[in-house]
Amino acid sequence: MKLGPLTDTTRFVLFAVIILAMPLWLEPLGGNYPDLLQRFAIYGIFAIGFNILFGLTGYLSFGHAAFLGVGSYAAVWSFKLLTMNALPAIVFGVFFAGILAAAIGFLSLRRTGIYFSILTLAFAQMSYNLAYSVLTPITNGETGLQLSQQDPRIIDSVFIEAGSGLPSTNLFGLKMSGYPGFYFCAVLLIICFYISMRIFRSPFGLMLRGIKSNQNRMRYTGLNTRPYMLTAFVISGMYAGLAGSLLAITDPLAGAERMQWTASGEVVLMTILGGVGTLAGPMLGAGLIKYFENIFSAFNNNVLMEIFSFLPNAVAEIIVPIVGLFVGSGWHLTLGILFMVIVIYLPGGIVEGLSRLAKFAAGERKSSKIAGGNTSPQDQPGE
Amino acid sequence: MSDLVLHLDNIQKSFGGLSALSDVNLHVEEGTTHAIIGPNGAGKSTLLNVCIGRLKPDSGHVTFKGQELTGREPHEIAQMGVARVFQTPEIFPEMTLLENVMLPAFSKRDGAFKLNAYSGLAQQGDIRDEAEHILEDVGLADQMLQEAGSLSRGDKRRLELGMCLILRPRLLLLDEPTAGMSRHDTNRTIDLLKKIKSRGMTKVIIEHDMHVVFSLADKVSVLARGEIIAGGKPEDVRENPKVKEAYLGGAH
Amino acid sequence: MDAVLLQILNGLDKGAAYALIALGLTLVFGTLGIVNFAHGALFMLGAFCAVTFNKLMLISTKVEDTSVTLFKAFKEKPYLEIWFPEWGPLLIQYSVPLSILLAIPFMILVGYVMERGLIRHFYKRPHAEQILVTFGLAIVIQEIIKAVFGANPIPQNAPDLLSGSAAIGTWLGLSDALVYPYWRLVYLGFSVVIIFAVFAFLQFTTYGMVVRAGMRDRETVGLLGINIQKRFTIVFAIATVVAGLAGVMYTPILPPDYHMGMDFLVLSFVVVVVGGMGSLGGAVSAGFLLGIVQSFASMTIVKEFLPGIDQIIIYLVAVVILLVLPRGLMGRAGVMDD
Repeated sequence: MKLGPLTDTTRFVLFAVIILAMPLWLEPLGGNYPDLLQRFAIYGIFAIGFNILFGLTGYLSFGHAAFLGVGSYAAVWSFKLLTMNALPAIVFGVFFAGILAAAIGFLSLRRTGIYFSILTLAFAQMSYNLAYSVLTPITNGETGLQLSQQDPRIIDSVFIEAGSGLPSTNLFGLKMSGYPGFYFCAVLLIICFYISMRIFRSPFGLMLRGIKSNQNRMRYTGLNTRPYMLTAFVISGMYAGLAGSLLAITDPLAGAERMQWTASGEVVLMTILGGVGTLAGPMLGAGLIKYFENIFSAFNNNVLMEIFSFLPNAVAEIIVPIVGLFVGSGWHLTLGILFMVIVIYLPGGIVEGLSRLAKFAAGERKSSKIAGGNTSPQDQPGE
Repeated sequence: MSDLVLHLDNIQKSFGGLSALSDVNLHVEEGTTHAIIGPNGAGKSTLLNVCIGRLKPDSGHVTFKGQELTGREPHEIAQMGVARVFQTPEIFPEMTLLENVMLPAFSKRDGAFKLNAYSGLAQQGDIRDEAEHILEDVGLADQMLQEAGSLSRGDKRRLELGMCLILRPRLLLLDEPTAGMSRHDTNRTIDLLKKIKSRGMTKVIIEHDMHVVFSLADKVSVLARGEIIAGGKPEDVRENPKVKEAYLGGAH
Repeated sequence: MDAVLLQILNGLDKGAAYALIALGLTLVFGTLGIVNFAHGALFMLGAFCAVTFNKLMLISTKVEDTSVTLFKAFKEKPYLEIWFPEWGPLLIQYSVPLSILLAIPFMILVGYVMERGLIRHFYKRPHAEQILVTFGLAIVIQEIIKAVFGANPIPQNAPDLLSGSAAIGTWLGLSDALVYPYWRLVYLGFSVVIIFAVFAFLQFTTYGMVVRAGMRDRETVGLLGINIQKRFTIVFAIATVVAGLAGVMYTPILPPDYHMGMDFLVLSFVVVVVGGMGSLGGAVSAGFLLGIVQSFASMTIVKEFLPGIDQIIIYLVAVVILLVLPRGLMGRAGVMDD
C-alpha cells in the first residue's frame, strides 16, 4: 500500500463531492444531461467492481457483461412481477448476478491466465446465445424484456390503482428518471467506492494482491487461494449486477446485447484507461469513455462543417471527412486507437500518467531531495 | 531418542522414466537441524518438493508428527506447520517488505481462509508489530516500506526467511539459503539460523556450502542419484569413503 | 447414414475456416508468444481483399445499351469487358479465386507492418497487455473497414462453373438428396492444401526447423546466434496470409461484413484453446472437430432433445475440455501455465 499525499478519508470525501457535484461542473463541459450522468454513475460502479477482480488479483475476465445482463433482467422481472420500486429490483439484480458469478467463478477459477479469460468468455457467450434463443420466455429474445400493461405487479396492485399508461420506476414514490435517478445512482456509486476502498485497504485486499503477485508463495504460506479468488469474483459480479439493475431502473428494459462480449470488452477498456488497480481510475475511465462517446457520437458532418467554418472552404472540405472518420458513428475507431495508445504507452492508465506528472513536477522543485526507492549500490550481492 | 518430526518412508519419484528419488528414507528429529547434501541433480530439491506437496511421490509416505502429508494440498501442509524457503526467493515483489511479512502473519492468525474485508490493514496493530519484529530479526527493518522487488538477492532471501519465520513453523525447509550470497551475508544468515535453532525449531536444510553445513547441522544425509548413501553426524559423514567418492571427492 | 454424412460435410467447411484461423493463431502464439486478438480481423481483411478485387474488376463506364431500341439508353459496362470482350467476363466471374493474387502481397504487407510496428514491442509484456493492445487493433481495423465498405454484408459469387451443388449422394450410391455445394468442396480442398503447405514448410525447410525449435525453446534458439527476430516477422506474415486466404475463399459461403472477424475470432480462440495453446496439430484437428460438432448440434432431432444446444455447443465443448484437460487436446506442459 503506497501512502499517497491524501488520507483515505479525504480521498473518499473528495470522491463523494466530485460525484454529487457532477451536474455543476459538467454543465460548462456540455455533459449535464440526466441520462448521461446516470450512465457515468452506473458504468462507474461496473468498472469499480471489475477492478476489484482484475486490479487486485490480475485475473482478466472477459465475461463480466453476463452479470450486467442478468442484473438487468432480474430488475425488469422485479418490476413486472412485484413492484416498480427500485429497491427490490436492486436486491434481485445483485442476488442473481451473485449466484451466476459464483457458478461461473467456481468453474473458471480452476484455471489461470489466458485459460481463465477464455473460460469466462465462453460462459458469457453461452449466456448471451441462450438469452437470444432458448431463454426467450425469460428474456424476450431479440426484442428485449419490456414492461407491459398486463404485468401482475403483485405488491403494487395492492397499494395503487393501475394507471392507464405504463408505470414508471420509483423509490417510494420518487421517480427514478432524470436527476433523482442520477442522485440515486450516485449515492450507490459512492457507497460502492467506499466498499471498494475498504477492500483495497483490508487484509482481504492484501491477500488478493498476494495472489496477483505470487500465487505459489500464497499457497506455501498456508493460504487457500481458491476461496479468496471466488469471493473477489462474486463481489465483482455483484457490482456488475448492481450496475445492470440500475440500467434497468433508469430505463426499464433489458436486451441480450448487454451481455455480448463487446460489453465485457468495454469495461476492461474503462478500467485500463483509468488505471488498473487504482481506486479512482476505473471511475475516471468509465466517465471519460461515456463522456466522449456521448460528445463524439453527436458530431455529424454538418456540425463539423460549422466547427471548421473558420477555415477556407476548400481546406474545410478536406478536413471534415477526415475528422468525420473519427467522430459520429466512427467513434469506435477513436476508442480503438485510444485503447492501443494507452496500452502501449501508459499501461498504468491515466492515474499513472497523472502521478508521473505529479512526480515530475515535484522533482523539478526539490530535485536534490530524491531519496530513491531503489536499491542503493552497497546492497548488491557480492557475487 | 527424541520425537520424530518428519518421516520419509520409501519415497519413489520418477519423471518420464527417469528416476529422481528411489527408496528414500529420512528421519528428522525434533529440534535438530538436518542437512541434506549431495551433488547437483541428486534429487535434493525434488525431495523438498515432495515434502511440501508441490510434487506427489509415485509411492511411499511422508508423515509429519505422525500425520500423513502425502496427497495434501500445499496450503494444508503449510497450515500444519511446514514452511519452506525456496532456492529462488518466492516473495511478493510488488509489495513493501512490511506487507510481505504481514501477509503470512494473517495466515498464521486466521488460517487458510478468512474473509477479513472490512477492517483496514492500519487497524492490525498486533500483526504489524509482529512483522516489524521479524524484519528486525532478519535485519531488514530499515527498509520496511521499500518495495520487495527492489531488494538485492541476498536481502530477498532474508525476507523470505522472515516470511517463513513469522509463521512460526514446526518444521522449516531451507533450499540453499545462502547460495549467491557474499561471505559477509552468509555469516549473517548462519547467525540468524543459529538464533532460530536456539528457539527449538526443527530445520531441514539443503546446502552446497560445507562451511554452512558444518556450522549448523546436527545431522547430515547424503543424497546421490536419488538415493541416500550415508547419514549421521557431520564429522562421521565427512570421513565416509562412499561420500568422498560420490560428492566431496568430486566437488572439492 | 445420409443425415450423418451430410452433417459431417456441413461441418467440414466451417471447420476448415476455424482450422485455418486457429492455425495462424497458434503458430503466432507458439513461436512469438503473442496472444493475438486481432487475428480474426486479419481473416476479415482477407475477405475484404476479395470484395476490393471484385470492385476493381467491375470499374465501369457508361456505354450505349443496344438492347433498348425505342430510345437512346445507357448501361454500365466494366472496362474489362470492353477491353477484352473474349475473356473479360470470365475474369470477372473468377474474381474470388483471382483475388488471392491481391490478397497474398497485401496480407504479407499487413503482417510485416503489424509485427514490426506493434507486435514486436509486446513480446516481453504480459499476456493481458497483448490481449488488450491487439483487441484495440481489432477494433481499429474493423472500424476502418466499416467506414470504407459500410456496415452491410457484401455478397460475393463463386464462379458459375462452381456455383452448383455436387450430387455426392448419387456418387456414393446413397440418397440423391445428399448434395453439397461445389464451392464448399473447393474451400475444403483449398484448406487442406494450405494446411499441408504450412506443415511441409515447418517440417522440411531449415527455416521451419528453426521455427519449430523456437516453439520448443525460444531462449536456446536465440542463443544459437540465429536471427530469430527476422524469422518471427516471417512467421507472423505466414499466419497473416493464411488467415487472409481463409477469408478470401470464404466470401462466397458467407457474405463478408465488418464484424465477421470478431465472430470468428472468439470461436477460433476456443478452437486454439481446445486444441492446446501452441499445438499446430491440435488447432487443425480441433477446428474440424468443432465444426462438425457444431453442425451436428444444429440438427433438428438434436435440438428437439436439447433446445438451444446449437447456440452454445462450441463453448460448452471448450469449457468441458478446459476443465477436464487443462492444456487442451494436444497442448504441451509448461505453455501458458502462468
